[in-house]
Amino acid sequence: MPNHRLQIHPILPIPQREGFEFYWEENRFTGLPGETISAALFANGVHVFGHHLRDGSPQGIYCANGQCAQCLVLENGKPVKACMELVSPEARIEPLNTLPKLPESPATSYMQPVEELRIPVLIIGGGPAGLSAAIELGKLGVPTLLIDDKHHLGGKMVLQTHRFFGSREAVYAGTRGIDIAARMADEVKSLSPYVQVWLNSTALAVFSDRKVGILRDGSQYVLVKPEALLVASGAREKSLAFRGNWLPGVYGAGAFQTLLNRDLVLPAQHLFIVGGGNVGLIAAYHALQAGVEVVGLVEALPECGGYKVHQDKLKRLGVPIFTSHTILSANGDQTVESATIAQVDARFQPIPDTEKTFACDAILIAVGLDPVNEFYTKAREFDLPVFTAGDAGEIAEASAAIYSGKIQGFEIARSLSYPAPEIPEEWRRQAEILKSKPGKLIDSDGPDAEPGVYPMIHCLQEIPCDPCSSVCPRGLIQINREDIRKTPVFDTTQGVCSGCERCVAICPGLAITLVDSRKDPEHPLISLPFEFPETLFPEGELVTVVDIEGNFLADLPVVKIRHIKANDRTRIVRVQAPRELARKIAGIRLLNQSANPLKEDQSADAREAMICRCERVSAAEIRSLIRAGIHDLNEIKAVTRAGMGACGSKTCGPLIRRLLLEEGVPSAEIMDLTRRPLFVEVPLGVFAGVKPDSGGDGDR
Amino acid sequence: MTGNPSSSYDAIIIGAGSVGVPAAFSMARDGLHVLVLDGNASVGQGSNKSAIGGIRATHSDPAKIHLGLRSIETFSTWEDQYCEDIGWRRGGYSFVAYTAEQEEAFKSLIVLQKSYGLEILWLDRPELLELIPGVNPEHLLGGTYSPNDGSASPLLAIHAMYSHACKLGASFHFNEPVTEIRVEHGRVAGVGTPCGYYSSPIVINAAGAHAAQMAKLAGIDIPVTPDAHEGGITEPVARFLEPMIVDTRPADGSANFYFYQNDQGQIVFCLTPHPSIWGYNIRETSSFLPMVARRMVEVIPRLAHLRVRRTWRGLYPMTPDGFPIIGWAQDVEGYLLAVGMCGQGFMLGPGLGELLSRMSQHQLMDEDERVLKILSPARAFTGQEKLK
Repeated sequence: MPNHRLQIHPILPIPQREGFEFYWEENRFTGLPGETISAALFANGVHVFGHHLRDGSPQGIYCANGQCAQCLVLENGKPVKACMELVSPEARIEPLNTLPKLPESPATSYMQPVEELRIPVLIIGGGPAGLSAAIELGKLGVPTLLIDDKHHLGGKMVLQTHRFFGSREAVYAGTRGIDIAARMADEVKSLSPYVQVWLNSTALAVFSDRKVGILRDGSQYVLVKPEALLVASGAREKSLAFRGNWLPGVYGAGAFQTLLNRDLVLPAQHLFIVGGGNVGLIAAYHALQAGVEVVGLVEALPECGGYKVHQDKLKRLGVPIFTSHTILSANGDQTVESATIAQVDARFQPIPDTEKTFACDAILIAVGLDPVNEFYTKAREFDLPVFTAGDAGEIAEASAAIYSGKIQGFEIARSLSYPAPEIPEEWRRQAEILKSKPGKLIDSDGPDAEPGVYPMIHCLQEIPCDPCSSVCPRGLIQINREDIRKTPVFDTTQGVCSGCERCVAICPGLAITLVDSRKDPEHPLISLPFEFPETLFPEGELVTVVDIEGNFLADLPVVKIRHIKANDRTRIVRVQAPRELARKIAGIRLLNQSANPLKEDQSADAREAMICRCERVSAAEIRSLIRAGIHDLNEIKAVTRAGMGACGSKTCGPLIRRLLLEEGVPSAEIMDLTRRPLFVEVPLGVFAGVKPDSGGDGDR
Repeated sequence: MTGNPSSSYDAIIIGAGSVGVPAAFSMARDGLHVLVLDGNASVGQGSNKSAIGGIRATHSDPAKIHLGLRSIETFSTWEDQYCEDIGWRRGGYSFVAYTAEQEEAFKSLIVLQKSYGLEILWLDRPELLELIPGVNPEHLLGGTYSPNDGSASPLLAIHAMYSHACKLGASFHFNEPVTEIRVEHGRVAGVGTPCGYYSSPIVINAAGAHAAQMAKLAGIDIPVTPDAHEGGITEPVARFLEPMIVDTRPADGSANFYFYQNDQGQIVFCLTPHPSIWGYNIRETSSFLPMVARRMVEVIPRLAHLRVRRTWRGLYPMTPDGFPIIGWAQDVEGYLLAVGMCGQGFMLGPGLGELLSRMSQHQLMDEDERVLKILSPARAFTGQEKLK
């Protein structure tokens, strides 16, 4: 019996849980308490959850976020989203291959009236922005209801095992996302009764009478009328049209992180990543930490858009990065078996004869995020006082989301005339800094070589980040306090480095090493940060050390691995190196591979590029309509059903718009899709107030 | 597409919707040079896309029964004739009865309806339970069943007719609202838009919810006022329901409501608010879903499991008596009214389109005279449609 659950992880604890049995078709599988159906199926090696009724195409996990409905399975005869429902003992899970039967139901005489609630502030989304706003509102004594559609607070922070960038003082920089989530969630809970939290509760619609319809705890319909609404619903991942983009094994980057870091299952062994922004780069790192080989990463631009430190980290670990490349196809029969990429020209068109195909069993799409802003738009339309924070307003790092939530918390309190101080100009400046994109590259050779011990800072790009400067006990690492985007400088005039390695451990970019020549000036010790299980490189074993961008320097033995609690799961690996290499060594290579493409091109029989996954509408079909003169998204929808599926055009809407632009339709001429409730599908019985046991869902 | 100021047409239709498009199709087929003007970006973007797709000839008067039967003929044969799927399904309609008064009223209507050529029968309780498995039997007395009624996708149907109208030579101008109707010496001369002026001896008002404004442009008052209804659609499930169910019982906040399972397997539903909500507001209300869900789950309890996918709100252009207004305007020669469909524009469209074409050519058939008498703009509006 295969078991694809994570057994070991350098950062995440793997809880020991007593398993139970459930059925997948006729097979008895083991599930774990708290595990989603999708996680339980992945753990047992099942990646195809059903087949689309239109064309029999295999269906599986795509968003892992309750948004796309591609993971529908039958649970005891009822269709459910496998990524949202928890598996239960003796559950009978079956693939969905045809239209599901509607179960029989006895007549119900009792229907509960819809509960209505008034509250000063409603916050949609318990991620970094929503939590942060709730904390400020709670502290100011403003009654606030925070809802989140997941079982835990924290939003996407619960997936972020890495240390956050930003300001240590303002937004917990240097701490891991998972721990920031826990800390903020605890703080929110401590602010009861001012802050009330509903988990597993999804906002469904903002109505014209300024009430917000909420599916509470998956089973009860509640109408909440807030005086002010904060939309902190985060972002959704953009999709990309390429052949085979719908095959099980093609995921959004967030989906893959969810499977790995929340669900603790291994979705793949060999991963290819599309997109060199921070999301793609971090996803690659997380995959490596879980033991997944990252076969390669493509970025269409000549440079990756994410932080240089993230990119360098991957290069050092041995991940091949192909800039000015795009993905042409995902290839495979029932699931992904390989990915074909090609070089692109200045207009992003693939250059013939540059195709390369790599074997892989998963492809991540990390080509950017779009704000989840439909509630904001509706609230504006209906004159409900509304605010946004975090990605729902503007896509940026989580640290920026935390800070914008804090500011919006104050703004909302003030708008409702609660006594709250005016927002200092300094905060707004800080907010702008935290949102800023990576800036210019700095040329630095580091401090002059010295006889003693000193840090080498391989952080050569202006990004908003300051933990190294705040952690040095002697204040020797300095960053401009007015603008933490400036790169850190090791200032020898202030004193002497003690070699404590704290800067090495805390740097979120893993971009600081320590060169210690005190014992042997000819063979200094180099301290390197390392976030992988130490069993990979036991002391005494040879490791390949590389320079900042991953170029080979030497094979050296591991002298010592320091794994102390104060360093919060960042191991420090010490190697001894010849003096001339010491300052160049920036990391250890993990993957000893050189991106060998397959000899055979498997893309020849790749399938169509799918735009609407729900209704199976291909790019070719939509392009032909556009070429026939149809430029209104609503008309394209009417003719093809693209956008009429379960996800409510969340994925295909932006893709169709992009096709229109590619076909030369001016942006101003494109009529947007009309947005309608509901945000996700909800059973009629919930609206009718039928007791869950006699009709509706949510019986767990 | 911008207007050519010197263009002249045999007829100009205002509104590329449920009525205007089949009218353009029929007229182009009959060889007329026709222009359709619409302020929206594409075809059917007014109330057509809000229609739930029910198509019936089950009405209470000979005019609508006649137009309905003609329309069903077009919808039901479309796929055979043009090899295009418009989502047609002959599932029938059933008006269910829970009170003696309802039973009485339906039964007496059936006699009339049959006399006008409609195939309809009364099903007693056991027969109805067989026709609608899973229906709540409590207080159920029976219901009507008109097996030839059905449903189609308003989106696909109107697009199909639009495409064929274009192929037959009809012109459509979108994003071009009519801002002027020129009347010279008591008859229409043409219409103006921000893009140009088009002359024509015939102007057809098929402007749906905006019909009254379009009549006003020609100096005519017509009693058409829209009210708003909400509808919704669920996820698809395996077929379990054949006919459209219409429950005419009044309840708190609503008059009747109705639902059916479309060709995709989705339940499409709609509810008539009571009292009516007049005006052009089509913003979604918080009261609709709880109200309609209760009523649906009460009638068919298993619907509780079915997930709602999307809801919307659309406009019913209402007349005082609940019947459409079809005919030449009394005071402006050449101005043809095809307005006040009371939410039935889609199901009446094809039959009406043929009629409008014959009217434009002044080639009426005998049956047309009777229809036009009943639906005349000059009528007293004292009656009341019994199956709104």
